[in-house]
Amino acid sequence: MNQDADKILEVKNLQTHFFTDEGTSKAVNGISFSLNKGETLGIVGESGSGKSITSLSLLRLIPSPPGKIAGGSILFKGEDLLTKSEKQMRSIRGNEISMIFQEPMTSLNPVYSAGEQIAEAIRLHQKLGKKEAWDKAVDMLRLVGIPSPEKRAKQEPHELSGGMRQRVMIAMALACHPEVLIADEPTTALDVTIQAQILELIKTLQKDFGTAVILITHDLGVVYETCDRVAVMYAGKIVEYTLAKEIFTNPKHPYTIGLLNSLPRLDMDQEELTTIPGTVPSPYNMPKGCSFAPRCPHAKGICEQAVPDLQAIGPSTEVSCWMFTPQWEKAYDAQEKVGI
Amino acid sequence: MGVPAAEKKVLLKVDQLKQYFPIKGGFFGRTINHVKAVDDITFDIKQGETLSIVGESGCGKSTTGRAILRLDEPTSGSIHFQDRDLLSLGKKEMRRTRKDLQVIFQDPFASLNPRQTIGKILGEALAIQNVVPKENRKSRIEELLGHVGLRPESMERYPHEFSGGQRQRIGIARALAVDPKLIICDEAVSALDVSIQAQVLNLLKSLQRQFDLTFLFISHDLGVVRHISDRVMVMYLGKIVEIADKKSIFEQPQHPYTRALLSAIPVPNPVHERERILLTGDVPSPIDPPNGCRFHTRCPFVQDICKTQLPELKRSAQNHQVACHIVS
Amino acid sequence: MFVFIIRRVLQTIPVLLGVSLVVFLIMQMVPGDPATLLAGEGATKETIESLRHELGLDRPILYQYVDYVLHAVQGDFGESLRSSRPVLDEIMVRLPITLELALASIFITVVLGMIAGIISATKQYSAADISIMIVALLGISLPSFWLGLMLIYFFSVNLHLFPVSGWGTFSHMILPAITLGAGGAAIVARMTRSSMLEVVRQDYIRTARAKGLKEYIIIYKHGLKNALIPVITVVGLQFGALLGGTVLTESVFAINGLGRLIVDAIRTRDLPMVQGGVLIASVIFVFMNLAVDVLYRYFNKRIDLN
Repeated sequence: MNQDADKILEVKNLQTHFFTDEGTSKAVNGISFSLNKGETLGIVGESGSGKSITSLSLLRLIPSPPGKIAGGSILFKGEDLLTKSEKQMRSIRGNEISMIFQEPMTSLNPVYSAGEQIAEAIRLHQKLGKKEAWDKAVDMLRLVGIPSPEKRAKQEPHELSGGMRQRVMIAMALACHPEVLIADEPTTALDVTIQAQILELIKTLQKDFGTAVILITHDLGVVYETCDRVAVMYAGKIVEYTLAKEIFTNPKHPYTIGLLNSLPRLDMDQEELTTIPGTVPSPYNMPKGCSFAPRCPHAKGICEQAVPDLQAIGPSTEVSCWMFTPQWEKAYDAQEKVGI
Repeated sequence: MGVPAAEKKVLLKVDQLKQYFPIKGGFFGRTINHVKAVDDITFDIKQGETLSIVGESGCGKSTTGRAILRLDEPTSGSIHFQDRDLLSLGKKEMRRTRKDLQVIFQDPFASLNPRQTIGKILGEALAIQNVVPKENRKSRIEELLGHVGLRPESMERYPHEFSGGQRQRIGIARALAVDPKLIICDEAVSALDVSIQAQVLNLLKSLQRQFDLTFLFISHDLGVVRHISDRVMVMYLGKIVEIADKKSIFEQPQHPYTRALLSAIPVPNPVHERERILLTGDVPSPIDPPNGCRFHTRCPFVQDICKTQLPELKRSAQNHQVACHIVS
Repeated sequence: MFVFIIRRVLQTIPVLLGVSLVVFLIMQMVPGDPATLLAGEGATKETIESLRHELGLDRPILYQYVDYVLHAVQGDFGESLRSSRPVLDEIMVRLPITLELALASIFITVVLGMIAGIISATKQYSAADISIMIVALLGISLPSFWLGLMLIYFFSVNLHLFPVSGWGTFSHMILPAITLGAGGAAIVARMTRSSMLEVVRQDYIRTARAKGLKEYIIIYKHGLKNALIPVITVVGLQFGALLGGTVLTESVFAINGLGRLIVDAIRTRDLPMVQGGVLIASVIFVFMNLAVDVLYRYFNKRIDLN
């Protein structure tokens, strides 16, 4: 898509599996994408799509056991994170690649002050003294728009509102000027007016710091307003990978289309929502072919037999769907679809 | 929906409802203050319509729903359902009336007994209200499952065997079991994925047509609200700031809070150009709400009068009421 | 916080009154008459009657009780029927010994229990974890008098490492403290383990990892402080159980502490002694609970608001 020199992060065929009593769940099942300097990549999907597991895999934060990164590579500035030692990873986490999470209420340690939790990361990575680190933490709080930061820094998380806690998380994540920020559903738990504030803040800081952002979300509206490019995930795979604007004006994959049609729109009246029938397949019992085939209105026999590859169908669009392959014309129709 | 809203019969009338929750503290554990969760609101719901309550956390939307069901005993006001004041009913009468008022919660799993089969859960709902003779219950349960799009075999299964969307269908079936008149949906589809949410929303709409149901739909998701409602009521810090029919609230919102709320939601549409009103700060505490207009601390158009005088809810157009000094 | 402490202190008053009443009534109900016992065998009816009058035992029960409480609050628990010395003096001789024993055992309970629990939690399902949990299970199941006897048998009788009984030196303390503290240590170990395991699953631990912190800092700085909150309650409850346990342990090791004093007093129907001893033990217990409550609230104030 872009020049290789611009690529800060490149994920190739990443596979993260979970080994449980129920069997092996291929939560992330061979995904590839890249992130350019300073851009925002959205990863969208519904629950069970593997989007959050993807984000945790990037920093090697998958709880193990039961999870394990089973294959692939994560190239950060050309070096594979999967071959690095735990010590090397620690110097990258929170320093060169940071992360913020969905639940601001529970993601901060309840027994330490907001300032201390930010200063801790600064002391660790920038080798500053206690006083300097604290001052820098206060500066960061000011930067993320927290009023009277000197006072707030001394407060514990329970004294802060949800929106303020997420600001603290952002301050902590950006304190060491990371090159990549992974934001896992950063606004899902927040009210819409607060969500608007936080998204605006991330956008501004991203511009000022030149940080590349991976935004994990289920909200297509958020993707549209904040992302440059987007990867749509379904059942552990990327089904469509394209420009963010493109996905709304010209969606390709039947799942993407279904998702957009099921969305109750704020900008138009719909008498009836077009739905995707059925539910996501169980991760322990994946269909043999395309994982969306059982719910797909277009599925033919070939879809149930083999998994389609993610392949380019335009200058900036990749889709994994048999409909966009030469085999499609020759394929025979599938058996009757099953309902709910 | 063929009959204009104004000509329809009022099913539920809420008048000057207040719901204060005491805060205990001090030396002897006295009540030192109140959370004014709902503070003097008046509205009605007409037969067969869907009224939505929207607002952010702490605005009092769920408390309003709970007060109507008398899950919490309201502090003052009246709630007339079919011309009877629910708050004056005795325990026994209230229990009988509950048959007409059903509720669907956000997390259906929490309200389904994990040790009971779906058949048993629905059978119990039928038995409590005694609407169907015992010998017909099984066929009634099958019928109910059919209404919500579940197979009759589901009867033998347990709640944990179902997905979130299916559980919500079970919750709906249970609400439907007693032929209710009003169903309160408290964030009923909020926890569901978009594709499943759409299925449940379509189901609710078709059931409404089929059984002439009235919905009080409580939600924070304005897209969902636009899809399902006939009228929309916007709440902020325990007060109604605006009530209007769907078309006017989405196309000509008047209250600055409603406008900010609508503009804050990201919409995936390049044609849908809007001016964003970015609110600053957090919602103040409902323990000690601001004087005057509750919204004045965050309002971009604030005037002096807003800081001292509480604006009344006034009719600004046909089917449109708004509580704002600047608009009126 | 201050208001909370004051309120909790005031709440102890009815509790202590209740305890005194119960102790008083139980002693009224037990068969056997102190006057008869005191008068000795072969005493005439008249002697017993006059002794009863002298002791005030012929007055109405309510009057006896009120009288007793009024004196008790001034530190006057009456005189021992056996030794004729003030009850309080007798108790004050014995109490330090029992407190020493209790503190030594609580030390074992807390330190041993917590270290074992942390090791178990951080090395979940390892050999160390499994052995600790088996030992902990034994610690909970074994009755303390049996454990005490076994310890005496192995370490004192066979190995001559520690004295068999008595009190006074540090080496006297070790076996009784282990006997008394073992059960508590086992409970604290299990509690610490489950609490740690719960805490390491929390979102803020994930945040700490994402920051790039070392694993031991994550466990000891971010985990432990949160994990200790429920453990504090357990330790507090253990202190109560411990006071009860001193009775047995003091008997097994022949230590002249408060527990033994009360047991002896019960045996000889030394009514004022039993009442005084139990009341003092209750006061200690109630105030320990108070301290735990205050500590718990201090640690927990940040959490209960969520």
